[in-house]
Amino acid sequence: MAEIAFADLPPTARFVLRGRPAAVDAAGTALGFALPGVACRAAGAGERAALWLGPDEWLVLAPEAEGAALAAALEAAMAAAAHSLVDVGHRQDGFVLRGSWAAVVLNAGCPLNLDPAAFPIGMCTRTVLAKAEIVLWRTGAEAFRVEAMRSFLPYVRGVLAEAAREFAA
Amino acid sequence: MLLIDCPYCGKRPELEFAYGGEAHIARPQDPAALSDDEWATFLYLRTNPKGTHAERWRHVHGCGRFFNAVRDTVSDVFAATYRVGEPRPDAAPRKAGE
Repeated sequence: MAEIAFADLPPTARFVLRGRPAAVDAAGTALGFALPGVACRAAGAGERAALWLGPDEWLVLAPEAEGAALAAALEAAMAAAAHSLVDVGHRQDGFVLRGSWAAVVLNAGCPLNLDPAAFPIGMCTRTVLAKAEIVLWRTGAEAFRVEAMRSFLPYVRGVLAEAAREFAA
Repeated sequence: MLLIDCPYCGKRPELEFAYGGEAHIARPQDPAALSDDEWATFLYLRTNPKGTHAERWRHVHGCGRFFNAVRDTVSDVFAATYRVGEPRPDAAPRKAGE
């Protein structure tokens, strides 16, 4: 396996969900799994995932083909409770960074402690990478998913590619 | 790097945070009843202490939440952080490095 590699993601539907527990519990029913209640953790089932971004805020990911149906199902499930469900699929995109040096490369621009003890698999958070804001999700021991605003992506990938040159095979 | 203890996310690097001014300033219930001097005091005059200071911070590149912190303005040591709505803790200032 290459020591560091970028991988594109299949087309993905993205939503930011905000609401109080009543709405969040209902959303979990529509989604198929409970939204993570623990800070900075992701939950998922199949190809769907929900990432904790704040005490009342989650990033919901699903395959693009399921997006419209999922949005309708979420809206229907949460109809009785105040909530906000925003489609951010056109706003942000992401990629996967994997390899034995992935954490080191990310640390070229990200000040978080990415040691597996401090940032275990399944942990996710909004943070900074150089001059851009990203959402970072550790999906494996040597794999991170990076999500950023669409217009920042060339910059984010450029910063990481620059840092990865040192570890190129 | 200076680590700030977000009440929601735990210890995080300073880069993720934004300063939000002095904490525990209550907006007057009836601004129209105030004199110009009293209104100007509410708007502009802050205590600006040398030493421990209760202030607002926002974890802007994290959970996005505002919270309050007690910080020593001389040493930049954070003595305590706590959620909005909670009373200011009587935290003894931590020594640098704690």
